[in-house]
Amino acid sequence: MNREERLKRQEKIRNFSIIAHIDHGKSTLADRILEKTNALTSREMKDQLLDSMDLERERGITIKLNSVQLKYKAKDGEIYTFHLIDTPGHVDFTYEVSRSLAACEGAILVVDAAQGIEAQTLANVYLALDNDLEILPIINKIDLPSADPERVRNEIEEVIGLDASEAVLASAKAGIGIEEILEQVVEKVPAPVGDPDAPLKALIFDSLYDAYRGVVAYIRVVEGTVKVGDKIKMMATGKEFEVTEVGVFTPKSTPLPELSVGDVGFLTAAIKNVGDTRVGDTITSAKNGAEEALPGYRKMNPMVYCGLYPIDSAKFNDLREALEKLELNDSALQFEPETSQALGFGFRCGFLGLLHMEIIQERIEREFKIDLITTAPSVIYDVIMTDGTEVKVDNPSNMPDPQKIDRVEEPYVKATMMAPNDYVGAIMELCQQKRGIFIDMQYMDETRVNIIYEIPLSEIVYDFFDQLKSNTKGYASFDYELIGYKPSKLVKMDILLNAEKVDALSFIVHKDFAYERGKVIVEKLKELIPRQQFEVPIQAAIGQKIVARSTIKAIRKNVLAKCYGGDISRKRKLLEKQKEGKKRMKQVGSVEVPQEAFMAVLKMDDNTPKK
Amino acid sequence: MIKAAYIHIPFCEHICHYCDFNKVYLKNQPVKEYLDSLDKEMDLALKETPASRLDSIFVGGGTPTALNGKQLEQLCSTIKRQLPYDSFTEYTFEANPGDLSKEKLQILHDAGVNRLSFGVQTFNDELLKRIGRSHRAKDVLQSIEAAKQVGFDNISIDLIYSLPGQTLQDFKDTLETSFTLDIVHYSGYSLIIEPKTVFYNLMRRGKLPTPGEDVEAEMYDLLMEQMDKHGFAQYEISNFAKPGYESRHNITYWDNEWYFGFGAGAHGYVNGLRRSNHGPLKKYMEQIEKGQLPILEEHKVPLEEQMEEEMFLGLRKKAGVSISRFKEKFGKDPLVHFENQIKQHTEKKLIIAGEEHIKLTRRGRFLGNEVFQSFIG
Repeated sequence: MNREERLKRQEKIRNFSIIAHIDHGKSTLADRILEKTNALTSREMKDQLLDSMDLERERGITIKLNSVQLKYKAKDGEIYTFHLIDTPGHVDFTYEVSRSLAACEGAILVVDAAQGIEAQTLANVYLALDNDLEILPIINKIDLPSADPERVRNEIEEVIGLDASEAVLASAKAGIGIEEILEQVVEKVPAPVGDPDAPLKALIFDSLYDAYRGVVAYIRVVEGTVKVGDKIKMMATGKEFEVTEVGVFTPKSTPLPELSVGDVGFLTAAIKNVGDTRVGDTITSAKNGAEEALPGYRKMNPMVYCGLYPIDSAKFNDLREALEKLELNDSALQFEPETSQALGFGFRCGFLGLLHMEIIQERIEREFKIDLITTAPSVIYDVIMTDGTEVKVDNPSNMPDPQKIDRVEEPYVKATMMAPNDYVGAIMELCQQKRGIFIDMQYMDETRVNIIYEIPLSEIVYDFFDQLKSNTKGYASFDYELIGYKPSKLVKMDILLNAEKVDALSFIVHKDFAYERGKVIVEKLKELIPRQQFEVPIQAAIGQKIVARSTIKAIRKNVLAKCYGGDISRKRKLLEKQKEGKKRMKQVGSVEVPQEAFMAVLKMDDNTPKK
Repeated sequence: MIKAAYIHIPFCEHICHYCDFNKVYLKNQPVKEYLDSLDKEMDLALKETPASRLDSIFVGGGTPTALNGKQLEQLCSTIKRQLPYDSFTEYTFEANPGDLSKEKLQILHDAGVNRLSFGVQTFNDELLKRIGRSHRAKDVLQSIEAAKQVGFDNISIDLIYSLPGQTLQDFKDTLETSFTLDIVHYSGYSLIIEPKTVFYNLMRRGKLPTPGEDVEAEMYDLLMEQMDKHGFAQYEISNFAKPGYESRHNITYWDNEWYFGFGAGAHGYVNGLRRSNHGPLKKYMEQIEKGQLPILEEHKVPLEEQMEEEMFLGLRKKAGVSISRFKEKFGKDPLVHFENQIKQHTEKKLIIAGEEHIKLTRRGRFLGNEVFQSFIG
């Protein structure tokens, strides 16, 4: 292709994402668009095609990004090339969202015609505006009986400040308005600008590891052209590779001779480590490369840490291999070996957020069949020692001796919550209870309120979102961003089982809440740890001081005192089941502790334990 | 060698809230056809595995005594004709208090039945109602009196403790009444909530106020203490008898011996195979109609499993596992083969390993499953 052909082709390219609050219909709309552009035969058409991992399908969320090239014949008779780039819908993956938005010129903003704007809608819109995208508002689910498109139209104009007069009224589910949306993409989303002859600049917005091809980088070409055989360089790491394949997803992976300005596709270059294709990095040519990288690259740092231990200690090496394999596909995952007196050998792992943590955990148990014990998640505390040195603590059991600590700082987030005004009281109460600092409250219309608090991340990491949902009957939506560190009066609480300190159960707590939490957690543990052959005292302690205690009574009777009419196989199965249950517990000293107990700190906020 | 036969009668007039055995409401069921099938099943089974001696016959259910006189006669004549009748030492019928008229009792006695086991459960009428039993305390006294008059002297009753709403005092009262009966054998079972029962569903909805583990343990303690006081020796976790009246049938199971299981949903252990029959009557009868044994599942027990079972069954007995018998059967010393488990439980005072027997301590009887499960590989 010569320069002219490339430029001409470029004019007909439209790159866009779909952004929405969870459940507002993003995936369904993507499916309809794929259908409308005949990207798939109906046989290939599985619901919600872009969510390709089993786990994504089950949870209804997108974890890995996808992009797909579509051909659309518009009403003007011309054929346009669309690149639809999917974005993860969860706050843990905000950075990925921002990078995939950076690969676009436009975004379709989907708002539920009944629910209106939610916290994630706003967060995503701001990200899109940061990236200078043309935003096309869509009011979806207009076929719902509770739909109120006019109210939502006003909300979009007043709360976000977008012109919504041309917002398409659609129902992705019923296939209403899809064509109109596609026409607006053609009309309103600008064609990519960039010089195909300039030095290569391609943005990496995701990557995955393929056992045969090595790392597959998902890229958007911003300037220049890239083809097989080109020598390329990663601008953040300086590493060089030779391109072995370029192409697009239709959604099948389809090799092409070259990718030029505006193209969104993939590139392989025998890259062995996903760490070499960091999201947000710029690819350029090894010789005569671009001077400056594309803006916005930053290395992602985990926000939440926890210990992962195999229940069966013989599986330590299997766990390492599992983490290494997952890391190939997930550069945000960090891990390093650690040892716990209670749990033996395991790994301290860093995650982008709680969802990220749960997903990794579930994948290890499911795909690698390793039963895990997970310690309660912790954030990174900044500990300033009396001698002025600074220590970062990501594991509560490593908290230094209080005598040597000058002060402890913890990460805070700005939390945005939106809800009908009936729930303002409930939300404020919750935030207060979670040590939140009130910042602002705005009415979006007569009935909906936007509430902003600053809250310690550690409180969010616990069950904040679950509680928010239950306190507002599911009406509140929530989003947060990290805003930095603030000093707090924090202490380490230790838990002793049978008078032995269990390091894996230690946690950090605010001084003013310590007694209450200590009391709740010993009761919780009493519920979760089954009776043993001897009495087991449970104590919560700050330093040497015991602040709460409880006792698990000794087991009194466990014998099958029943006649099963000669059905010995059944007796056997029953005993096998009991034995299996024991195997899933971890021997801590002389006490058998079930998996759930290590997460008990998480659930300790329901103030009175049941029973 | 096959030692015993269990015969299952799956019909009931009432279904108890805790029962998960194979059973159906009696009304409109093909009882006659079922009894014909039983006849044929025995014929098929004995052709496959001839048995010249059977020490014990146990007819259970369901409710065998829900059958009418004519049906009972048919059943008894089948048993007499198909099985080696002259070798029966113990011939038990399970009975529902109140079901047995003089006439029915006479039929059973004439047929050679020499042991009756009544499903009494408790003497508290409130509790009986609550667990779905149709009989009342007074029926028990009448039935047992009538049975004695006909000539039965080997009578047992089943009691269940840890019933929903039952207190320790309730159970004490039940035991006290029990001891006025002048009978020779008691079984005391603790209630186990099984899936597919009324109680299970109540429990899942949090509506079943069971007394809990501590009270259950106290009840078991009381049971053992009272039985001992009244001269009934505990010969198994849940069974107590006057000397010489231990149930041979029960012992067959705990001795890990072979036995036939006849009837829908019955279980047998024949020639080293653990078998279970089809439960649904239709399926069971169809199979037999085709001239086939109505087997649903069959498992050949490998040597290692046999040894495990020898342990977890044998330990249920007061006498425990016989070391010499174990050696004879498997050519191995259990003290060596299960060295770790035996050491561990001995240290915790759950078992005692003597010269001749390995048995549970009194504490071990409370925590039997902790011991039993360790023997399973």
